Amino acid sequence: MNINFFFEVLIGGLLSGVMYALVALGYVLIYKASGVFNFAQGSMLFFGALTCVSLTEFGWPLWVAIIATMVVMWVLALAIERVVLRPLVNQSEISLFMATIGLSFFIEGLAQLMWGAEVKRLDLGIEDVPIESLMNNFNILVSKFDVTSAAICALLVTALALFFSRTSVGRALRAVADDHQAALAVGIPLQQIWGIVWGVAGFVALVAGMLWGARNGVQFSLTFVALKALPVLILGGFTSIPGAIIGGLIIGASEKLAEVYIGPFVGGGIEGWFPYVLALLFLLVRPEGLFGEKIIRRV
Amino acid sequence: MLYREAGQFKSSYAADGQIFPIRQDRIGIMLLLAIAFVLVPQFATPYLLSAILVPFLIFSLAALGQNILMGYAGQVSLGSAAFMAVGAFSAYNFVLRVPGMPILVAFILGGLCAAMVGIVFGLPSLRVRGFYLAASTLATQFFVVWALTKIRWFTNYSSSGVITAQQIEILGYHFDTPASKYLLVLGVVSVLALAAKNMVRSNVGRCWMAIRDMDVAAEVIGIRQLQTKLLAFAVSSFFCGVAGALYAYAYLGTVEPEAYSLDLSFRILFMVVIGGLGSILGSFLGAGFIVLLPIALNQLAHALHISTAVASNVELMMFGALIIFFLIVEPHGLARLWQIGKEKLRLWPFPH
Repeated sequence: MNINFFFEVLIGGLLSGVMYALVALGYVLIYKASGVFNFAQGSMLFFGALTCVSLTEFGWPLWVAIIATMVVMWVLALAIERVVLRPLVNQSEISLFMATIGLSFFIEGLAQLMWGAEVKRLDLGIEDVPIESLMNNFNILVSKFDVTSAAICALLVTALALFFSRTSVGRALRAVADDHQAALAVGIPLQQIWGIVWGVAGFVALVAGMLWGARNGVQFSLTFVALKALPVLILGGFTSIPGAIIGGLIIGASEKLAEVYIGPFVGGGIEGWFPYVLALLFLLVRPEGLFGEKIIRRV
Repeated sequence: MLYREAGQFKSSYAADGQIFPIRQDRIGIMLLLAIAFVLVPQFATPYLLSAILVPFLIFSLAALGQNILMGYAGQVSLGSAAFMAVGAFSAYNFVLRVPGMPILVAFILGGLCAAMVGIVFGLPSLRVRGFYLAASTLATQFFVVWALTKIRWFTNYSSSGVITAQQIEILGYHFDTPASKYLLVLGVVSVLALAAKNMVRSNVGRCWMAIRDMDVAAEVIGIRQLQTKLLAFAVSSFFCGVAGALYAYAYLGTVEPEAYSLDLSFRILFMVVIGGLGSILGSFLGAGFIVLLPIALNQLAHALHISTAVASNVELMMFGALIIFFLIVEPHGLARLWQIGKEKLRLWPFPH
């Protein structure tokens, strides 16, 4: 086995793992604050990226388009909160989950209706070339684009973590996550908080959508990225931000390594299910994930 | 006035335990079956039979399977299409590789193979519940479709990965007209629906419901989790497997593994939710709704001269919006509406 090649695959995997973590973070945010498992995260990602690209195609500068898309995502998030979630308060978790599946269909339809279904190219101005110093000194190919996007993700994740632990809004968010009623009782405006959470999740979806979109083209298959983030959640625990990050790294690295080292023996294409099976095996040992809250069941 | 159980006294245990305790229900269901078996194949057009009724019945069967698992045993699964695929492809291989294999036996064996896969992928349900379980059943979905695509033996080394279902032949009779296929599907679905109805009102079904309502409490009163949960997975996958085999043999004809995608799983999930969780009737109502909705929307788009690209997106949006609408307005599904209607009918015309 070539050790350089191993590291190359590992680093590539870890970098894409950071991007998975970012997508998974969108789920965790909403799940923590409102107990909703938001299946529509993938569609929001697609919607955000598609809107942004389409705006740049109108000749808007990239940064204006990004700001405009952020506004659109915010409005979308508020609308979701008002139209879908508010009438469903106090319903079982599983019907909320179904509602978000319905929502994902709606958003996918809306996005394609508004902007068309063809594949669009997104250029963020970052080159997809190997970093020269690494290539010359260690003979490892690592794409500049991957490193930059991983850096952006890492920055965003840190900013969010700080936002959650240091600001008063963040404290309110954590209070809501702990106990809705107690939070209401001490005067935290629940609906406002939900609006903020969905808005932040929309923003995270936009960033993730732009990065994935720049890599693979903005197209319908972007919605499947969200499916990749599910095993990350199982592995890391649904309620934990560090879990999402570590889970993302593990899934990203193991997926690429498995594809390279196990894939050839079974015909390849195992990237699609390997993370799930890995997460499944993991669940058998630790049902609440790596960092999830311990589940205590009472009768 | 007509629909009233007053005066219908039960004087034996057998009468007390019958499936439909109200006489009008019994007559109604007999009439319905008589119409479905005798009149429909006589008078329905081939289009109605093969494009609406056959898929409706097949999806009802799949929805029944999903409902047993989700509505009765409370285990959320997103992998029903995978079990359908296992059923279809194993039935195909049984007919292909075992000479003289009767087709109905192949369907049953296909269902049993699906049940075995169901048991294997149901194992995590013993440790995890809720969303963790839902997400882990996705593993079934991706793994099965991948395995059927990559392992060429399953598709008999066909170059495109597509299989062509064999002729359906029972005791020398060829089922090749739409009407005969419809009758075959109807027969299978009726028998299995009856089995399901009886299962959920027997000991097994009560154990499932106890597990669904509170699994720890169920265990305390002596219901064994391992057997009960895995049985639910097995029965549900069996139903899905048979439905998948019928889907390939009686509806599509030629199938690729991709036909049983995550999309189909979601569709079946929606049928169960819209029809009503924990209701046999609901599975049929939900399947009817989901089968008819795209057709109706298509007709509407055609009538309004909307281009197909726009229409397909509008269809997607309508689909999503309707699901949200149903969840908000009637979370217990169409079956609940039916029940409310029946209650009203019992009191009519004097509501007190």
